[in-house]
Amino acid sequence: MTGTLAAVGAGLAVIGAGLGIGRIGGSAMDAIARQPEATAKIQTAMIIAAALVEGVALFAVVVALIA
Amino acid sequence: MRLTQTFIGTLAFIAVLLMPFKGTASDPHQEEGGGKFDPKELIDSHVWDSHEFHIADWSGHPITLALPVILWTDNGLTIFSSAEFHHDNSGTHVVEANGQEFVRYREHIFYADRFSQEKFQETSTMGRPFLYEDRPLDFSITKTVFSMILVSLILLLLFSVAARHYKKNKMAPKGVSGFLEPVIIFVRDEIAVPNIGSKYVKYMPFLLTTFFFIWVNNLVGLIPFFPFSGNVTGNIIFTLIMALIVFIITVFSGNKYYWKHILTPDVPKALYPIMIPIEIIGMFTKPFALMVRLFANITAGHIIILSLVGLIFIFETAAISPVSIVFVLFMSVLELLVAALQAYVFTLLAALFIGQAVEEHH
Repeated sequence: MTGTLAAVGAGLAVIGAGLGIGRIGGSAMDAIARQPEATAKIQTAMIIAAALVEGVALFAVVVALIA
Repeated sequence: MRLTQTFIGTLAFIAVLLMPFKGTASDPHQEEGGGKFDPKELIDSHVWDSHEFHIADWSGHPITLALPVILWTDNGLTIFSSAEFHHDNSGTHVVEANGQEFVRYREHIFYADRFSQEKFQETSTMGRPFLYEDRPLDFSITKTVFSMILVSLILLLLFSVAARHYKKNKMAPKGVSGFLEPVIIFVRDEIAVPNIGSKYVKYMPFLLTTFFFIWVNNLVGLIPFFPFSGNVTGNIIFTLIMALIVFIITVFSGNKYYWKHILTPDVPKALYPIMIPIEIIGMFTKPFALMVRLFANITAGHIIILSLVGLIFIFETAAISPVSIVFVLFMSVLELLVAALQAYVFTLLAALFIGQAVEEHH
């Protein structure tokens, strides 16, 4: 039972992380389309933000693994 | 002609990818358990650390490279070969060394007289026990340590070749140095300079070592056959030590502005009881996040690939294999990207934290 619950929890975490990273990626696309000359800077900022969102999601996955 | 060659090449690549799993379906240990394939066991044996290096199975017998077991016991230092356990991982085969008896249960070495399976089940989290009084301190050269030494040697070789090239001629770099130079320039211009600023030179050796060590370890972990395949960056102790080094460097290079920001932040005095604990917790959560991110990313990648391969054995039909192979190939290619990306992210965040610590007041 706890295993199933943990799987549901991991799934919920993935929804959150998916929304977050999707928004970051979409906004970065918009920004690059507006200012193609700033692509490198936008990409770096995008990867940092994505890594932070992903970090939170991975905490949830680790908790789900332990449960 | 060209197309045929590509096709055969792809087939060979897939065959190599699946090679280490071939023996698992007919593994004798699983035959004993009613011939049922256990995907958890397959994943555990590939992802977690081990005292011997499993190479292949030959007609039901595992072929392994025995690695040395180095223990600090009640009687002092004890060294013997892991072959003496005779592949036993169930705590039944007793090994005598240095006047003491040891058993191995799920890659954990116990004193034979103090081991009990029930106690292990009760006190373990994720199959990791905390029975420190029943276990000797284990300093063994395990699979992970072996892989780490291997990667260090590879890096040492690559960089000494490149360094010799630069010493000899002042021409544009070729070969190994031609490959390494753009990556080193990338670490300097995209990671170190924008995040640390003018003091970057002092931290370049650390950032370069971190980047290349994590990157090559990630790549080596993806190659599924001997002497590679050790899951180094997916080992939380390894990432813990990497993050600890970042933490120590950050704390010791912090200037007065960094400490002022933590101990007397620019907020009303009434908020100090909230702000100061938050800032101090923040010092620790940053490297903690570094540790978990790298560990979870790499481990998750390995588990996904192994689960996709395991599908074939779960459904017990070859009809599923095309799906499985396509997905495994896709995931493997994605993992190639993730290997570089995670090395980049780790180095970038390390540079960011160091940059915050050495930043002058503005």
